[in-house]
Amino acid sequence: MEYHFQLVHQIKESLGDKAITSVETGIGNPFECVLVVRREDVRKIAEYLKGQRNFQYLMDICGVHYPNREQTLEAVYHFYNRDQKQRVRLKVPHKEGESVPSLTPVYKAANWFEREAFDMMGLKFEGHPDLTRILCHHQFVGHALRKDYPATQNQVCDAPEVFSFPPLPLNEDEDVLTNQRTLVNIGPSHPATHGTFRIYAELQGERIMRAKAEIGYLHRCFEKMAETHKYQQVIPYTDRLNYLSAPMNNAGYCRAVEKLIGIEIPARAQYIRVILNELSRIIDHLVCIGTTSVDMGALTTFWFCFRQRENVYELFEALCGNRMLTTITRVGGVYGDIDDEWKRRCTGVIKTLRETIDEVDRLLTNNKIWLNRMKGTGYVSQANAIDYGFTGPCLRAAGVDHDLRKAEPYYDYDRLEFDVPVFTDSDNFARYMVRMEEMRQSCRLVEQAIAKIPDGPIQVNDPKIVLPPKAEVYTNIEALMNHFMLVINGIQPPKGEIYSYTEAANGELGFYIVSDGTGYPYRVKVRPPCFPIYSSFEETITGGQIADAVATLGQFNVVAGELDR
Amino acid sequence: MKTLTPIEQLPLFTTQIKAFINWTRKNALWPLPFGTACCGIEYMAVVGSHYDISRLGAEVVRFSPRQADLLIVAGTITEKMAPVLRQIYEQMPEPKWVISMGVCASSGGFYRAYHTVQGIQSIVPVDAYVPGCPPTPEAVFQAVIKLQEKISKGDTPSQRLVAKKKMAELTSGNLENTGS
Repeated sequence: MEYHFQLVHQIKESLGDKAITSVETGIGNPFECVLVVRREDVRKIAEYLKGQRNFQYLMDICGVHYPNREQTLEAVYHFYNRDQKQRVRLKVPHKEGESVPSLTPVYKAANWFEREAFDMMGLKFEGHPDLTRILCHHQFVGHALRKDYPATQNQVCDAPEVFSFPPLPLNEDEDVLTNQRTLVNIGPSHPATHGTFRIYAELQGERIMRAKAEIGYLHRCFEKMAETHKYQQVIPYTDRLNYLSAPMNNAGYCRAVEKLIGIEIPARAQYIRVILNELSRIIDHLVCIGTTSVDMGALTTFWFCFRQRENVYELFEALCGNRMLTTITRVGGVYGDIDDEWKRRCTGVIKTLRETIDEVDRLLTNNKIWLNRMKGTGYVSQANAIDYGFTGPCLRAAGVDHDLRKAEPYYDYDRLEFDVPVFTDSDNFARYMVRMEEMRQSCRLVEQAIAKIPDGPIQVNDPKIVLPPKAEVYTNIEALMNHFMLVINGIQPPKGEIYSYTEAANGELGFYIVSDGTGYPYRVKVRPPCFPIYSSFEETITGGQIADAVATLGQFNVVAGELDR
Repeated sequence: MKTLTPIEQLPLFTTQIKAFINWTRKNALWPLPFGTACCGIEYMAVVGSHYDISRLGAEVVRFSPRQADLLIVAGTITEKMAPVLRQIYEQMPEPKWVISMGVCASSGGFYRAYHTVQGIQSIVPVDAYVPGCPPTPEAVFQAVIKLQEKISKGDTPSQRLVAKKKMAELTSGNLENTGS
């Protein structure tokens, strides 16, 4: 609290008393300071936060639409200070037609986030270099996340967008033949993108001179869908964000809603979530390494990795009935309980996983082709990585020892032993090494969690949050009514807003939820870890070989479902 | 002295050329996985060593539409992606087949949303739909087997179109004169 007073005092001192109209502390997070500020001061405050307060990370920018207020639009910024674990949320209410100063000169991460806020909500950012649509197609009219835009109103796109680069100035000294530029369009359906990305590149020989990355080919409107469904109905949608590690998204979303309501889930449910999270982290990294190796021509590794995924899928299936998209968590706990048989099987799977990780290690780590392709390619300097808002393995490969499981432990991560691997080269090989080591650490975590898991309930005992057991619903009128009310009205968290974050496989997965007290979320904004990472892609691949861009894309581990939502 | 075996006793069987061609086609499908989302990852499991689609002779995954005859649309198709899918389909040589894998491709699934195409049948003709979100690999196998049955009978729309074109060539008339 003292930190916040000091912060507010200093901002007011330099910008005047009217600069900040309201100060609050974030719900469920005493280290979060919520400030409502005037729109003309945003850039100065951001400069102050970054320059003097060491808020080096711009985590998220989004917009919220309040049609009933006088100032209908609100831009929301999230800043993070890693050293002191402090967070600041700036809220900038303004009217329709007014613009907010762009933060692109201060943070590189602001570029794509502001484009997204413009596309989805129609916020205008003054001074942004290229304020164009990013997720919706280029023929789209209107702003989809405005409250007056109907969720079901489709708009047909008849042709993909045509790109071009501004012409280069003619240089008569240059040899026309050797300096001729070739334009290459990669994607959106291309095996190396293993997803739906489009990269438009200008080549000179094999070297990329200019590049443009286009996303949005898998924009399936998660945020609009979340607004039109009840809190518990949103959980299946979260599965499909990062579909490589679905339980982590479930846990991240449910944790946000639980914090909003102000409940703590039982210890056993926490441990089950830890086990599922770590298993998902392993299979996410397995896909990342497996598919990158396919792109590099090493098909064997891919088969090895996918065989192990099947084993983990079988564990998920035993617990919740679906192989891949599990929807395993509930607000207030988890759906399925694990028994001794499951624990035994899980221990067996971890054993074979360890063997496979060692095998992949032997296949790749000292492999000369792999080293040549991965070492030194896809370099992002540490300063750039922080400025772009990298989190997760890509940040740890850039030499920053930051893992939310250690820095701000949630569940029982502080009682479990594990190490955070950090590499300093910040190239694709370092990212690969971080992932390999993280898989080993996750194996350790699962083993410890299975040994330590306490007995007890797996859901909180609150009829307003958790459905009663089926047997009781059929026999007991009270339970039947509880069931009915919960299904019809949904979980109703109190009014308020929250930014909750967990360490997902790719980095910080944040959920910003605004609640208006009803059963439907007023606004859900996901902070996908891939989004800021991929926003650095154009800069990273420019100047490198085109073949290296493929390796970089693989090791950034960009998942389209999470990137485009 | 060895004499020639009479032709009736030789281990031979006779067939129609058409049936033979259909038989080869059904057992050598070359799929193009148009994997956009979660189903694309599940398709990798279909191809992977545990399930292994090569049991059905359809493991030669080709990412070039010019070298494929089975388009597997695995994942959500958005409005932005729709023209791309159409173009890829048009680039494939005939006869060609389409499997719509998963509910998103088949009907939009639970994404009744402003940027999601509500079923790919409005963009490309579909031969087999696979339900599930994502479908299990077994379900994809079943779709491939069903498609193979259709192909061996020669009654998929694409095969009929090819036969019609052939007939038009033979009778040296144009396509309109041959009737439906």
